[in-house]
Amino acid sequence: MSKLPFYLLVGLLMLAGVGLSLYRHVQQEVPWTPGEQRQIWAVEAEVNFNAQGGPVLVDMALPSDQQGFRLLTQNTASPGYGLSFLEENGARRARWSIREASGEQQLYYTAQFLVVPWAGDPEVEPPPLREDIVWESPYNTAAAQVIEQAWARSADPFTFARELIREFDEDRQGENARLLLTQFEHSPLLVRLLNQAGVVAREVNGLLLEDGRRRQSLSSWVQVFHDEDWALFNPRTGDRGRPENLLLWEAAGQAVLEVEGGSNSRVSFSMLSHNQPATAVRHRPVDDTLLNFSIHSLPLEEQALFQTILLIPIGALVVVFLRILVGIKTSGTFMPVLIALAFIQTSLLTGLIGFLLVVAVGLVIRSYLSHLNLLLVARVSAVIITVIAIISVFSVLSYRFGLNAGLTITFFPMIILSWTIERMSILWEEEGPREVLIQGGGSLLTAVLAYLAMNNPWVRHITFNFLGVQLILMSLILLAGSYTGYRLLELRRFKPATED
Amino acid sequence: MWMSSWTSARQLRAKGIIGMNRRNIHYIGRYNDRRLYPLVDDKLKTKLLAKQYGITTPDLIGTVTTQFSVRHIRQMIDSHQGFVIKPAKGAGGKGILVIERSAQGVYIKPSGAHLELKDVERHVSNILSGLYSLGGSPDVALVETLIRFDERLAAYTYEGVPDIRVIVFRGYPVMAMMRLSTAASDGKANLHQGAVGVGLDIASGTAIRGVQFDRTRHDHPDTGQELASLRIDGWRDLLLLAVGCYEMTGLGYLGVDIALDRDQGPMLLELNARPGLAIQMANGEGLRPRLDLVEREPDNVSSERRVDFAQKHFARRSELAAAQSTGDATGPTDRGRQDARPAAYPGIRR
Repeated sequence: MSKLPFYLLVGLLMLAGVGLSLYRHVQQEVPWTPGEQRQIWAVEAEVNFNAQGGPVLVDMALPSDQQGFRLLTQNTASPGYGLSFLEENGARRARWSIREASGEQQLYYTAQFLVVPWAGDPEVEPPPLREDIVWESPYNTAAAQVIEQAWARSADPFTFARELIREFDEDRQGENARLLLTQFEHSPLLVRLLNQAGVVAREVNGLLLEDGRRRQSLSSWVQVFHDEDWALFNPRTGDRGRPENLLLWEAAGQAVLEVEGGSNSRVSFSMLSHNQPATAVRHRPVDDTLLNFSIHSLPLEEQALFQTILLIPIGALVVVFLRILVGIKTSGTFMPVLIALAFIQTSLLTGLIGFLLVVAVGLVIRSYLSHLNLLLVARVSAVIITVIAIISVFSVLSYRFGLNAGLTITFFPMIILSWTIERMSILWEEEGPREVLIQGGGSLLTAVLAYLAMNNPWVRHITFNFLGVQLILMSLILLAGSYTGYRLLELRRFKPATED
Repeated sequence: MWMSSWTSARQLRAKGIIGMNRRNIHYIGRYNDRRLYPLVDDKLKTKLLAKQYGITTPDLIGTVTTQFSVRHIRQMIDSHQGFVIKPAKGAGGKGILVIERSAQGVYIKPSGAHLELKDVERHVSNILSGLYSLGGSPDVALVETLIRFDERLAAYTYEGVPDIRVIVFRGYPVMAMMRLSTAASDGKANLHQGAVGVGLDIASGTAIRGVQFDRTRHDHPDTGQELASLRIDGWRDLLLLAVGCYEMTGLGYLGVDIALDRDQGPMLLELNARPGLAIQMANGEGLRPRLDLVEREPDNVSSERRVDFAQKHFARRSELAAAQSTGDATGPTDRGRQDARPAAYPGIRR
């Protein structure tokens, strides 16, 4: 009998589990630990303009997911205005509209951004090279000379962009540069010159994030493309690269704000940063692809239910480990897991005391029932009612004495408790109290260990957020199921056989 | 020292001890077809099957299958002095009631305890409702004749009937032990309850080593009878009976429990598809080398040849006798010695 297919299956499960978990971590930014804090930026854009009494159309660029930032939520406040979000050429825009407005108008847009330093940029489509650039005299010669000088000092489009920007440096400005600046604005001029030289470039606008700043405006940047690559240049200094706190607001080379039917329009920004536990920010609307087809798309209430259900395999793993590798005897194979689930609700100490009380009292009453010579089903049913009675009495008593913790005793699975009592009782009659202690103690020990594993915040976080872990658990349990070595306690049991 | 009660996996492996996991996966899982389990888990089926195969079992007085017929138990047992009531699907000797004799409506257990008819009826009723069966499923009660066990064995046991457990692997008897009930085990022959386990030499049926509560013993704790003199008469017949259960059930890894009847010789008590590992303790030897040896043997060997093989390869010298004669523990045992024959064994008969 070849073991190969078995190990292949185990390996496959393990790989799939690890792969799915990594996918969740990398692609959906779910952190490995629950305590991890995430920085979130709340950015508010305030649009102001004077309406002229007629229909108004406001068109504003909106930020998208980008390197270092992920959009979590967005809201608008614009009473009376119709609103639509558009997406064209990968650029998002908001369009407000109203039939009639006059006087000073304010529109608000707020967005929450999650800081994800490892998130890469989505693919950026370079804009087409503008070839219809016409310079009027004498700017044509000035432009040509500026380009020529920069070109001579550069090796590729990026160095060319840097040198070109330096031509317009305040200290080094030559005559040509000064002439051009009288006619054109700084950044559009740079883009125009770059295009003229055959370099694909555009102007983009970004917001430098600083905590607590208000009334900020966007800064302009030059984005230069070369082959598959692109780089951002500070149009003032020629420095290449993007600052970490730069949030690109408009990244398609279009206008940030266009207002029809209004005048004196402007947009200003305020921003605030705060930290949140990472678990709180995972509810991010995700696309409905197959891989995202997960329990996290369920309503919150059902998710809470699954949080418990997904812990059961952890309890099962503990049982498998203790029984196969250690050799602990328990009464009822998975009874300890159910008891451990009850402990999660009751807290450990209350749970232990409650469990021992119920089982002890149950055993006393059960010993009377065994004198009645009842049929099995009737007897267990009688035990169930007894257990319910015991639990009720304890609840009322603990409430009277002001011990609210005692009320959680109702979380115990009563049918399971009844069967436990029945089994223990038979065990007592047949094998004596010693075996009851061994099996009862083994069950309780297993239950406590399962509880500790299942109640661990990290374990809860991992099992709930990484469904792939279930496959890993499965493969571990399969492996344990084929273990033919000694159990830990057998080293003690068989010790006399090794003595002569 | 705390450490002194533990050993290492390496030492156990060197001794050839097999653990539960290996037993479950490598032997039970591989050699015992699950659909054959009912043949041994239901003692009634085992009994009927044994009849077909000519294997002796205690005579069946009758069966009780419904709660309604519990009240007829009296007519069934009236004509018998002693009898045994057992659940068909009981495990580990649970629910077995032995009545040694009865007089004027009083039923006397081997311990001397007196029962009334209603106690017996309640016991039968409990059996039917599944109290002793695996998973609590409804069961059938068997009423059998009492085994009149060999008087020569009386000194070796306290109250209960001693039985012999033989592990039969692929039809070969690989290891055997006798289980002697004690006061501590309440007349039951379960080792973990305090019965004495005596390892028996496969070649000769003589005692090798005795253990109680996992500790070596040289005598019976209650009767004081020294164990070295223990010798089973008609040992080869017993082995042949045990080996026959392989053909009967088709189970490759089987525990065969046998009692010795004064008149009818060895009798099959019950079969176990998941026999325990305590037999290794009673023999002071692991099953692994013997099982490995048998695993290499071909199929379709006659039962005579299989018993020959086992008697030849699994012969052992008694540790008890050696300890008695020299007053000291013996050195390494000559497990698997090819030339060891019963002549070398100082089997003392009572």
